[in-house]
Amino acid sequence: MHKDKRFLEEKIIKGIMRFCALLLAGLLILIIVTITVKGLSALNISMLIKTAKGGFYLGGEGGILHAIIGSFCIAGGATCLAFFISTPIVLYINVYRKKNSKLAELIRFSFNVLWGIPSIVYGAFGFTCMLFLGLKASLLAGILVITLVELPILARGIDEVVQQVPIEITQAALCLGATTGETAWKVVIRQILPGIMTAILLAFGRGIGDAAAVLFTAGFSDYIPESLMQPVATLPLAIFFQLGTPFPAVQNRAYASAFILTLLVLSISITARFFSRKLSRHRIDRL
Amino acid sequence: MQQQTHIEIKNLSVFYGDVTALQNITLTIPDKKITVIIGPSGCGKTTLLKSFNRLIDLEVGVKINGKIFVDKENIFTPGLEPTHIRKKMGLLAQKPCPLPMSIFENVAFGPRIHGLKNRKRLHGIVRYHLKQAGLWKEVKNRLHEPASKLSIGQQQRLCLARGLAVKPEIILGDEPTSALDPASSKRIEEIFLMLKSRYTIVLVTHILRQAKRLADYIVFLYNGKLIEYGPADSVLNNPQQTLTQEYIYGVVS
Amino acid sequence: MRGLRLFKNRIGTLLMKSLAFTVLLLLFVMGTGLFLRSQDLLAGKPISDLLFSSSWHPSTGEFGYLAFIFGTLAVTLCALLIAVPFSICTAVYLSEYAKKRTRDFFKSVIDILASIPSVIFGLWGVLIIVPLVKELGSIFSGASSTGYSMLSAAIVLSVMILPFIVHIVLEVLQAISLSLREAALAMGATYWQAIKYVVLRKALPGIIAACGLGLARAFGETMAVMMVAGNIAQISSSPFEPTYTLPALIANNYGEMFSIPLYDSALMFAAFILFSIILVFNIISWVILNRVKRRL
Repeated sequence: MHKDKRFLEEKIIKGIMRFCALLLAGLLILIIVTITVKGLSALNISMLIKTAKGGFYLGGEGGILHAIIGSFCIAGGATCLAFFISTPIVLYINVYRKKNSKLAELIRFSFNVLWGIPSIVYGAFGFTCMLFLGLKASLLAGILVITLVELPILARGIDEVVQQVPIEITQAALCLGATTGETAWKVVIRQILPGIMTAILLAFGRGIGDAAAVLFTAGFSDYIPESLMQPVATLPLAIFFQLGTPFPAVQNRAYASAFILTLLVLSISITARFFSRKLSRHRIDRL
Repeated sequence: MQQQTHIEIKNLSVFYGDVTALQNITLTIPDKKITVIIGPSGCGKTTLLKSFNRLIDLEVGVKINGKIFVDKENIFTPGLEPTHIRKKMGLLAQKPCPLPMSIFENVAFGPRIHGLKNRKRLHGIVRYHLKQAGLWKEVKNRLHEPASKLSIGQQQRLCLARGLAVKPEIILGDEPTSALDPASSKRIEEIFLMLKSRYTIVLVTHILRQAKRLADYIVFLYNGKLIEYGPADSVLNNPQQTLTQEYIYGVVS
Repeated sequence: MRGLRLFKNRIGTLLMKSLAFTVLLLLFVMGTGLFLRSQDLLAGKPISDLLFSSSWHPSTGEFGYLAFIFGTLAVTLCALLIAVPFSICTAVYLSEYAKKRTRDFFKSVIDILASIPSVIFGLWGVLIIVPLVKELGSIFSGASSTGYSMLSAAIVLSVMILPFIVHIVLEVLQAISLSLREAALAMGATYWQAIKYVVLRKALPGIIAACGLGLARAFGETMAVMMVAGNIAQISSSPFEPTYTLPALIANNYGEMFSIPLYDSALMFAAFILFSIILVFNIISWVILNRVKRRL
């Protein structure tokens, strides 16, 4: 009977879908568990506290503190810069311009292209600029390149949230005689605050985890940089280099470093979630 | 009694792309009276209302011909900055739309952006207008709570207080009670009747009885054209045009 | 007072507008910069040699990119083939059948998965996927595989792009109004029929966009792929054989860039190829998306 066939089809499809969803969750758990198991066993406090001494990658003493700090500095600086560039642009194309603006479409297209550009290409481009300007691999170069990497990610995140703002809110503000600027910066921002926080933290997480772009530009070092012009170590690269050595002891340290990085990224994710809830106090949810 | 004109519309036509929303509307809105715009859905009532405070600028692909004079100033003069026009008019939308802030901040938003910084004076303004909107008693102890926590009827009154706080001369209402329960609707209507001694009020409604209750003047639109307008009594009880008759007696809706 | 406000607004608008144009400028500068740096190589060799030859021996001056282009495309497309069906199934389940709590839980899962850095995926790939593929290799194909192969890269990549595709498809599905589903159900359709014939059709442009996104992300992925793909420049005849992608090429040989003549130009050209492909791809998907939207 055709009727039974319909319901049977639905049952099968539903089963398949449920399986897919479970698989997804299972994958995440698998990844986290693998890294934790391998990494926790090799972890010791000195990894977190010390910086690398000579011969670190050959089995010597030390830790990866310098890499952790380096990653934070680069990601922190880059996220700030990217935020101050992308927020005005996204607000501009959403609040100041009408829905079908050609400029808005062009900017969104550019951001899409920029989003898709691999971070290694940003690294290569950054390297080209460095050669052109006579700069050496440094903290500053790393920050600038990661800014480029994070820019489209932040822009897309903020754009997503701004587009969800009910049009009535901007209209209400304008009806009170507000200028477009006041509407954007005093009203829309309040509505999207939780979303912005999430976008920032997501971009920050990406900045910390990116290896390809800093490969060319931030260099690597065993020390914590003392100025913007010195090379700096980053956590992902530290993991990568440790993994590449033929010494199992050092490879184990790579797992521990990976565990640290994963932990960092996870805590950023959780923090993002927490702040998003806190900042939603004044948000208008349904209209 | 001398009837003063507050808004004068001359040959207004509005097009959304190929669609004609309003065709050659000419009428005057009298000062300090309640004018109600009625008509079936899609006849252009909201378009007309939104033209008054140039909210219509935000629509995509809109073309406007004609002039609207508010206090003798043509609001469609090319290059004219709409913010001071909008300040003159408060708009109460169909769906109550509080700003994403506390109750206090909502009402204070308008005065703040127009330059008032003094905390005490702001508080006084907020209190006065919340009282005017009939909301003060219910919120005076929770002024700093998010506005989204209010009931829908309270939110609409908040929007009214917010709109009044910028000291408009004209209040526009786009079916302001259609989303509300009967009790809240009644309150809003009472407030309008109280306010008309100080403000010019223009309302759009599809509820004929509401028009009967509130209107001093009635404007009847059909399919983007102005069919009839005049004092409420004469339009409602003695309509001149056939279409008006049909609408009022329920033949056409 | 009013004059000052309007003036501030005008200045602010101008600043924001110029900032927006800077973004356009950035794209242009990047493309040109990379192109110029590849000039040394391009001046010497005809482009057909570069793009269509698969012999890559920098020390003797042979720069054939075909193997890398093939590797990049193969790995990306395989990853998409694996990820897209899974993602759509998951997203549809989450949107149409799952309870709100489940949906929120999975949203968190997706966000977390999306934020895990590339090196971690690479590490996980080395630990779990590579041995798995090695086993599969000995079962399916005769030749013994080390596990470092195109298949491993494709699998790891597909896990990496899953969250992106699911996120967007989920968003698109949720944005479709309830009344559309109700209309279908009111005609007596089963839930699944309503989804299949009505909701999914409406969501099609969004789904295409999501796949495009996944493709773009998979395309440029460097570290994870580099760690599991084997990095041998060849046009592999089986998925169990190693392969080499353009991003991996650049990242691996960055240290020796200046030791061999033209090598630095060659790597920059590889970057330029990547840049151009992404640009062209975005243009094409924009055109397609517009056409699909118009038909709906």
